[in-house]
Amino acid sequence: MAKILMKGNEAIGEAAIRAGCLNYFAYPITPQTEVAEYMAKRMPEVNGVFVQGESEVAVGYMIFGAAACGERVMTTSSSPGVSLMSEAISYIAGARCPAVFVNIMRGGPGLGGILPSQGDYFQSTKGGGHGDYRLLVMAPDGVQEIVEMVMMAFPLAEKYRNPVMIVGDGLIGQMMEPVEFPDNLTVKPSNKDAWATNGMDTRGSKEKNIVKSLYLDPEELNNHNLTLKAQYERMKKEEIRFEAYNTDGDYKVLIVSYGTMSRVCKTAIDNMKAKGIETGMIRPKTLFPYPLQAVHDAAAKQSCKAVISIEMSMGQMVEDVERAVLGQKPVSWYGQCGGNVPSPEEVEEQVMALINK
Amino acid sequence: MGKTFSKPEALSDAYTHYCPGCTHGIAHRLVAEVIDELGIRGRTVGIAPVGCAVLAYNYFTCDFQEAAHGRAPAMATGIKRVRPDLIAFTYQGDGDLASIGMGEIVHAANRGEKFTTIFINNAVYGMTGGQMAPTTMPGQRTTTSPMGRDVTTTGMPIKMCELLSTLETPGYIERQTLLNPKYIKKAKKAIKRAFEYQIAGKCYSFVELVSICPTNWGKTPLESLKWAEESLLPYYKLGEFKTPEEE
Ligand SMILES: Cc1ncc(C[n+]2csc(CCOP(=O)(O)OP(=O)(O)O)c2C)c(N)n1
Ligand code: SF4
Repeated sequence: MAKILMKGNEAIGEAAIRAGCLNYFAYPITPQTEVAEYMAKRMPEVNGVFVQGESEVAVGYMIFGAAACGERVMTTSSSPGVSLMSEAISYIAGARCPAVFVNIMRGGPGLGGILPSQGDYFQSTKGGGHGDYRLLVMAPDGVQEIVEMVMMAFPLAEKYRNPVMIVGDGLIGQMMEPVEFPDNLTVKPSNKDAWATNGMDTRGSKEKNIVKSLYLDPEELNNHNLTLKAQYERMKKEEIRFEAYNTDGDYKVLIVSYGTMSRVCKTAIDNMKAKGIETGMIRPKTLFPYPLQAVHDAAAKQSCKAVISIEMSMGQMVEDVERAVLGQKPVSWYGQCGGNVPSPEEVEEQVMALINK
Repeated sequence: MGKTFSKPEALSDAYTHYCPGCTHGIAHRLVAEVIDELGIRGRTVGIAPVGCAVLAYNYFTCDFQEAAHGRAPAMATGIKRVRPDLIAFTYQGDGDLASIGMGEIVHAANRGEKFTTIFINNAVYGMTGGQMAPTTMPGQRTTTSPMGRDVTTTGMPIKMCELLSTLETPGYIERQTLLNPKYIKKAKKAIKRAFEYQIAGKCYSFVELVSICPTNWGKTPLESLKWAEESLLPYYKLGEFKTPEEE
């Protein structure tokens, strides 16, 4: 298949359509408004649905109502908007509906700034909304990967009957890269007649379906939560994705980094390698489930003296890195917020400081 | 109604949890009768609110979704946009619709979404034990207005039919009540019209039903009916506020 030069935000929209998602609801917010603008133009061409909701709160529930009918649906937003959608995300997870959310993260807290950030790691992997739910969270490092993750997200959401969250940052949204839309990632929607409120006539059934998250009986609610937990445990077995970069050599420092930040780290690693300094990296592609074992094993390597989590946040993923390393090696953090992406030189400085410690 | 009691097909056998004398049961029955008469049960999706009717999905025999507090109109929007062939209705109380869900209801109505809303106005928050609602009358005592609603700090009760009727988008807006059989007949007619407009793909449709909450009003059902007639109906005027034909 031929490669097309596309801007990240537009590629997100096109990927959803190629994946068979013809329903998109959104509210404008920088730095991902181009997704909505692309969909407003593109959806009518494919007989799809585009709705600009009155708020991210409403958009979250439009997604819920549509997903509960068994249709493939997606929304995209950025950090403050995802905070507003978090109520709905909790309900959707509680009601076990598949839906796809994309968060092109910007700096926070509050209104923060509009530049790239990775400040929503906690929000996406550890909650955001209320209750014991988890999202399957994927973190692409470029335009091609966000395309593939968006396309994969729909069947994954259906497999687990759970929302999938893709977290990128403003750089991925804005950057132009050649992309292809792999045909093998266009997977037919699964049959949802067992639970969807798609109308009894549609499924030729005399039994109604109810989509809800309310369980007033404590025993029932506990069992419901156990069912959810079983799905999250299954994700931990079947969905962990990561990339190991330059981990064959005898590195003294192991970097853990994801998304745009990991690309900067790769440049730093290559630069150091040219000078004869080996540095390894684990790049989580799924933030939940987290590649705990991969980070653990890479840190366990004899040559490795120290592990550093490098993120565009004040140190969020570092808590999972500590959880993976389990105290066998010192774990530290380096990062910047506000839209300044640390440079390869700054990454190199951090690594050298650890080596010379 | 026939001589022998027969249950509409769209209502289930489940016992409702509503208090004795509560008009929620009547509203359910009217909606169910209309669904039966229009033959749409197999393609109808109801949306339950957060409020006393939170378990409505147990009482109807069509597909149902359970919303978060106030968000049913956004869910109905989601349903109708991706499946215009389905019939969707929201069933919402006055706290749900006129307070926390004010944004969702106004914008759904303004977009002219092709679904139907049944709005139960009982002038209090029922489920949480009788707090003040946006529809609570001036001077009316509730657990959060123990001295009576002070309109100088809480404003005047919101008239949803009048408010929604100011929108330029075509729609069907009517207020009826469930206080006696004569009114109930009119209420059913309005509900039927609302669903018919939706089936025809004509417009958004909204039927407010002035209702009672004996439990939280601290009155017997009979006293409640009387109080509603004397105190609510003069303020919440019955009738048709808007029809799509006007435009
Ligand atoms: C976000 C949120 N806030 C508050 C509540 C608590 N709550 C449940 S029902 C209700 C009021 C319902 O009143 P109304 O809509 O008038 O319906 P009624 O019970 O009178 O039928 C409230 C405040 C909630 N469930 N969710
Ligand atoms: S609390 Fe009021 S509205 Fe709720 S069921 Fe009882 S009487 Fe009806």
